[in-house]
Amino acid sequence: MKRILGALLVGLLSACASQTIPPTIESGTESGSARIANTSLDPNLNPILKDPNNILSKRSVYFDYDSFMVKNEYRTTVQAHAQYLRDNAAAKVLLQGNADERGSREYNLALGQKRADSVRSAMTLSGAKDSQIEAVSLGEEKPRATGHDEASWAENRRTDIRYQGE
Amino acid sequence: MMNKSHDYLSGPLVNTMKPGFMLVRHRQPTRCSLFLALVLWSISAPIQAALDIEIFGGGASRIPIAIIPFVGEEKLKHGITAVVAADLQRSGLFRLVDSSGPSIRDPRQIAYPDWKSRGANALVIGSAVMLPDGQVEVGFYLMDVAKQVQLTEYTMIVPADRLRAAAHQIADIIYEKLTGDVGVFSTRIAYVVKQSNKYALQVADADGFNAQSIIEYSEPIISPAWSPDGTQIAYVSFENKKPIVYVQTLATRARKAVANFKGSNSAPAWSPDGKRLAVVLSLQGGSQIFLVNADGSGLQRLSQSSGIDTEPNFSPDGQTIIFTSDRGGSPQIYRMAVTGSASGAAERLTFEGSYNVSPHHSRDGRGFTFIHRNGANFNVAVQDLATRQVQLLTDSRFDESPSPAPNDRMILYATEIKGRGILAVVSSDGKTRQEISIQAGDIREPAWGPLPKKIRR
Repeated sequence: MKRILGALLVGLLSACASQTIPPTIESGTESGSARIANTSLDPNLNPILKDPNNILSKRSVYFDYDSFMVKNEYRTTVQAHAQYLRDNAAAKVLLQGNADERGSREYNLALGQKRADSVRSAMTLSGAKDSQIEAVSLGEEKPRATGHDEASWAENRRTDIRYQGE
Repeated sequence: MMNKSHDYLSGPLVNTMKPGFMLVRHRQPTRCSLFLALVLWSISAPIQAALDIEIFGGGASRIPIAIIPFVGEEKLKHGITAVVAADLQRSGLFRLVDSSGPSIRDPRQIAYPDWKSRGANALVIGSAVMLPDGQVEVGFYLMDVAKQVQLTEYTMIVPADRLRAAAHQIADIIYEKLTGDVGVFSTRIAYVVKQSNKYALQVADADGFNAQSIIEYSEPIISPAWSPDGTQIAYVSFENKKPIVYVQTLATRARKAVANFKGSNSAPAWSPDGKRLAVVLSLQGGSQIFLVNADGSGLQRLSQSSGIDTEPNFSPDGQTIIFTSDRGGSPQIYRMAVTGSASGAAERLTFEGSYNVSPHHSRDGRGFTFIHRNGANFNVAVQDLATRQVQLLTDSRFDESPSPAPNDRMILYATEIKGRGILAVVSSDGKTRQEISIQAGDIREPAWGPLPKKIRR
């Protein structure tokens, strides 16, 4: 068990090392209903979300080509975030689905949405409330890897988890 | 089908221009978050938007035409003849005949045997005279060389800074007279330019000149769609961490979010009467097609499937929508009726291959253009709605976003050369292909605007 945990930790750390979540500056709130995408900077953002030793700092779920199934290797991560949401009723996340660059931009936007939606489903099954989650898609528009090869495409078939205020 | 000889009509035309650049600001002061979330561009680093236009292929039956430089145009800031000639040549339907010699303004001075021996079937003469009030009087005659008769004549008075527009109008008149089709030289196109990490939604004349940025952001913009009257453009912006559909009025620059629901909002398409938009929302799960009024009110679900329904496009009569759906396991094009309620009923239109996307009706409603994956390539194709016959028009690697010209003679699309996005135009029979490239930056997401609302002869 210890060995498995150790391996998991190494995997987590290496995953965290390659992970970049761009910082965003925001102020003000959207009028009307509460929207996660447009929320204000939260000074009370829990530091454990950024702690590289905590599984909650792992924020990316990767997908196979033309697939939107959450693979087993990402179940632990998704469940950890779901539990955090369950335990912190005020916390909210934005799930941003992504697709590789091949094909129609609008169709890829819809594919990215499927990838965000499947992470949302996994989270709600693990106890998060639907109202805490907004699943959106960036399609092929915000590639993390900008190459035109299989390695870049694989990197871009991804859903990112961003907490409100980040 | 495609002429591979790369038969340059007269070599690449290199046009240089310095576009007027406008920095667009929000009209919604309450949304401070927008200002901070996006980085406005530096005015000192405008995108160089000069267009190179290259013409490949071309049918054998091009009309030989001679255009004698207009009398008096050398005294003006901008010539007219060169613009008219470039327009006609770009259409792929004309061949320019040597027109050297003295300029004339009176049809009685025409030496027909000379023009006949040069091989011209049609001849254009004209004049451009500055009036005392600073405006310019432009007039021309279009003559049939063989019959030695006048086909048409036209005179207009235009402000000095509208000479290019006058030239496009002349080209339209000549085109219509000689081909029987509506000319599209006075239309405009919209597209998105990406330069480093900046995005601009631009509008330009159909020849690429007079490019102006409608909006500029540090976040992506996709899917511009012209309102049927050409006064507004709907588009999708990612400036707020997710896709939101905006409608912007060109004249005032005012804009409004018409679809900003929970989840993703995208793929705007105007109804032919300009009163409604079809949009794609993930609001109720999946990506589904909804109708919304042009002011953002009156949301109504239209499609009903468990998967992806996207890229809606209205038929010219407004009765049906064609769209991309993966309901059959792979993305294919379907057609559904626009009714008062959500429906899962749709007729599949494409059957060849495993990837057919981005459908746009032809303006006559008889067919549609779309992107077909052909092996490893993504190409522009057209399909006839009655016969179901499919024709592949291009053979490049990555073609996207086909948009038909208002006269259905050409299709504007995005393609790629050496990893850089450019625009290209292919004739609807696939015989003529032109590449339109912008000097710097990646250009994509083209949309050909409607015919201008003005009094035609």
